[in-house]
Order: sequence, then C-alpha cells, then structure tokens
Amino acid sequence: MQYTLTQQARQRRRRENLVGYAFMLPSLLFFLGFVIFPMGMALVTSFTDYSMTTFGFVGLSNYIRAFKDAVFIKSLGNTLVIVLVSVPLVTLFSLWVASAVYKSSQFTSSLIRIIFYLPIVTGTVAVTVVWKWMFNNYYGLLNYVFKSLGIISSNINWLGNPATALWCIITILFTTSIGQPIVLYISALANVDPSLVEAGEVDGANHMQVFWKIKWPQIMPTTLYILVITTINSFQCFALIQLLTSGGPNNATNTIMYNIYYHAYKLNEYGYGNAMGILLALLIAIFSFFQFRLAKSDNE
Amino acid sequence: MQTTVQRITPYRVLSYVMLFILAVIFTFPLYWIVTGSFKDAQAINAPAPVWFPTNPITTNYARLMERPAISWLLNTLFICGMAMLLICITATMAGYAIAKKRFACRALIFSIFVMAMALPKQVILIPLLKEISFLGLHNTLWAVIFPTVGWPFGVFLMKQFSENIPGSILEATRIDGAGEVQTFIQIVLPMVAPGIGALAIFTFISAWNDYFLQLLMLNTARTYTISVGIAKLQDEMFTDFGLIMAGAALAAIPIVVVFLMFQRFFTRGITMGAVKG
Repeated sequence: MQYTLTQQARQRRRRENLVGYAFMLPSLLFFLGFVIFPMGMALVTSFTDYSMTTFGFVGLSNYIRAFKDAVFIKSLGNTLVIVLVSVPLVTLFSLWVASAVYKSSQFTSSLIRIIFYLPIVTGTVAVTVVWKWMFNNYYGLLNYVFKSLGIISSNINWLGNPATALWCIITILFTTSIGQPIVLYISALANVDPSLVEAGEVDGANHMQVFWKIKWPQIMPTTLYILVITTINSFQCFALIQLLTSGGPNNATNTIMYNIYYHAYKLNEYGYGNAMGILLALLIAIFSFFQFRLAKSDNE
Repeated sequence: MQTTVQRITPYRVLSYVMLFILAVIFTFPLYWIVTGSFKDAQAINAPAPVWFPTNPITTNYARLMERPAISWLLNTLFICGMAMLLICITATMAGYAIAKKRFACRALIFSIFVMAMALPKQVILIPLLKEISFLGLHNTLWAVIFPTVGWPFGVFLMKQFSENIPGSILEATRIDGAGEVQTFIQIVLPMVAPGIGALAIFTFISAWNDYFLQLLMLNTARTYTISVGIAKLQDEMFTDFGLIMAGAALAAIPIVVVFLMFQRFFTRGITMGAVKG
C-alpha cells in the first residue's frame, strides 16, 4: 500500500513536471534565446576587444579605459544629473497629481490618466520632433512665448547651448515619464484601507498626519516600484538625445546610453560598448538596491 | 461625519488651476503636431506662431505618401500584431504553468524572469544585434518581433491573473477526465481573458513605440517602421516641419486612437503588472 502510494506520487510529480515544462517551453525558448543568451554574451564580450576585425581576450582593459575616458565620465555625469533630477521630480509630482484627483468622479480621474499618458502613447519620435520644432531657435514657439511674456529678451538657441540643452532633454523626459506613475498612484491611493483613515481622523489627526502616517506607508510598495522603473527609464534615456542633439553640443547632453550606441554602431567597438553597458547595469542595480533599503527603513 | 476632504479650500482651487494648466501643456504637443501637419511653409515659419491653420493644406500628407509611408505603417502594424499574438500565446501558457503547476525549479525560473525584467533592456541590444545578424534575420521584421516576445513582462502579468483561478475547479475538471490541453482551452483561457486583453493592448502600444530596437534592427527603407521612417525623415529634411509633423501625426494618431478605445484594459495591465513587483 505504502509502496504504491509513493509510486503514484512520483508518477504524479513527473507528470506535473512534464506538463509544466510543456506549457513553459514556447516562452522559455524566446526568453533564453533573446534575453538570457545576449545578456551572457554582453558580459563575456565586455572582456574582449571585439570589433569588426578583432576578437581577443583583453581582461579588464575596457573597464579601465572607460574610467580614463573623459567623454565617458562626462556622459556618466550627465546621466546622473538626469536621474537625480527626474526621479524625485516624477515621483513627487505624480503623487501630487494622483492625490489631487483620486477621489474625484470616475470621469475626472479617467481624463487625468488619459491626458498625462498621452505623451507616452504619442510615441517618443513624434513627441521629440514636435519639441524640436518648439525649441527651434528661429521658428520655435518657445522663444515667441517667452519673449511675449517678457521672460527672455532675445531668442535662445535652447538645444544648441550647453547650458540649456540638458534641461530641454529633462523637460521632455519628464512629460513622457509621469503617465504610468500617476496611474499606479491613483490605484494605490484608492486601495488604502478607508477604516484606517477614518480611525485616524476620529483620533484628531490632521490632513498631513493622515497622509504621512497612514496613507504613505500603505502606498510604499507602489512608491518603490515607481522609483525603480523611473530610475531605469531615466538611465536609459536614448531616443530623445539621438533625435534632438546627438549628444551635443560638445557632449553636453551625452549620456551613457548614447555613448554605448555611438561606440557600438558608429565606431563598431562592440567590446567597449558592452563594457559600458555592464557598467550601466551595475549602476542601475546599485541605485535599485539603495531604493529598496531606503523604502525598508522608512517602513519600520 | 466630517468631510473635510471634499470642502472647497484655496488649496483645492489652486491645485485644480495648476492641473488645468498642466493638462494644457501635456496635450499641446499632440495639438501642435496635428495642426502643424496642415500648415503651409508660410504658416510654419511665421515669426508669430499661427495657432490654427486658417487655410489648411494636405500637400504635406501627399509628399509623405511619396515616401513609402504607407508601407512603414504596414510594417509597424505587422510587427505589433505579430508580437501581440505570440506574446499572448506564450505568456498565457507560461503564466498559467508558473501559477498552477508544481514543476521542478518553478520558483527559480520565475525569479529569473522577474530579475531580467529589472535589467536595462538596452544593455543587451549589441549582442542581440549580432545574434540576429547571425540568424540571418537582420533587416527583417522578425528581428524586432522575436526580442519583443522574449521580454518577460507578459509572463509576469499572466501569472498574476492565473493566480485567481480556483484550484478546485482545475481539480474537478481533472477528475472529470479532461486532458491538460482541454482544461487550458476550456477552463483557463476564459478565466484569464481580461488579462490577455490587458496584455494584448499593452504589447501593441509598447511595440509601436519601441524606437530603439526598431532603429537597430531595421536599416533599409523597405523595412522601416513608422517611427524609424519619421526619424530618418527629420534627419534628412531638417526644418521642413510641415512634412515632419505630417509624419508624426501618421505615427501618433493610430496608436492614440487604439489607446483611447482600450484605455481601461491598458490601465488594468499596468496596475496589475506592478503589484508586488
């Protein structure tokens, strides 16, 4: 009796394995073939001088080269500026919008979600080309509006000036980043346990206290998720730069992602490009780690 | 019961005013694209902006059609449609398996999927390009479709939806003698249908706008997507903003319409995909 039972169990388990993997197979094929394999290759080739003509092991020299490369350091700095400005801005701003509208009627909150999602749906390329026109030195709307309002006295070459170009990029990045966080915050705030909020209000907590002591801890997982995705997106800012400035003027808007593209596709230095890619991945991992730590300590 | 929250306070008025201003700023680019596409050169280059094209022209669109803009659009549709179809099939199967089947290494595989999702997608693009060339797929639409299908977000999303299938129903079907495939098609699929809808629309929109991948994989005018086509157009035509706006409108309007039609599904997709990331 005992024997047959275990045999049955074993047979059952084998069946589960077989069926499970059969269902997993199509997805695993694509995942292993087009995500995991290139990921492994990126790591391996980052230790080589892989290019159009060469392919030899060079140890850490790509990594050493990166840290001696003034352009890489500049692009690293620009990338960090973009991340450190846009991540807090996007998070706080979307939280503000969401808390202003999440109690409104279905119609209003739908409308807000649609409006702030619009720049993302419109598509990076379409959004970028229209901004390029608006930023244009001669025909751009921005110079006209700012001059009419008396904010500036003569035309500014927004994208051609190292002092303003990066901020133009950050502005556009901002408009294409806050849609998803707003949607997430609206749903998170709507899911906050109302009995806790009521209990807090009965105990005489004011608006701010209710928010920071009761709602904030409950929406923490959402905040964390938003921080992580916004960080990843900001680190990977590429299309805007390729289409608007090509990293210029004088590398003022060069980012790691653009630098990788430039070395790999314009100069065919795949090994070096991959090494910078691995550095970027490490940087994102470090940022995410600290965001998790921060979120944890804030929750306790 | 006090309802302090809904009372009209100066703060509330101020926030609505600010929201309104922001809403205008956020919708303006799309307005400027569409109106710009109907402006003639004079209106485009006017020193004071022409807020609305008073004598609209369609020359910009006619010139756009001389490029194979329609074939760019068809390429994009094929990529999005095919990626959507393949992801819906593979991710639904895998999501169901991870949620409901107790196979070996299940937890490990799932955590690799989740970790890969946190990885910056662009980092793998150089080796991916080499791999695609090696497979002879470079400059074919499949070069964009396959990597899109490999991205694990769909599996994650469908696992979330499949968690809700009651085990008792699956057990009952099994006792009734239904095979695995039959169970999947007759029981599982109808139950996760809302998830598939969310995934389909989410995939369609993100594939439409995945400019970087398209830029790398497609280098011949024949295989351009609408995004790549417009990007090349502005490289070449520089300040011919009328033509460029017509292109931008052609790239944006179809996907905005799709988004507006399926907005609810889409919103559900991104909120479900975020729970306990």
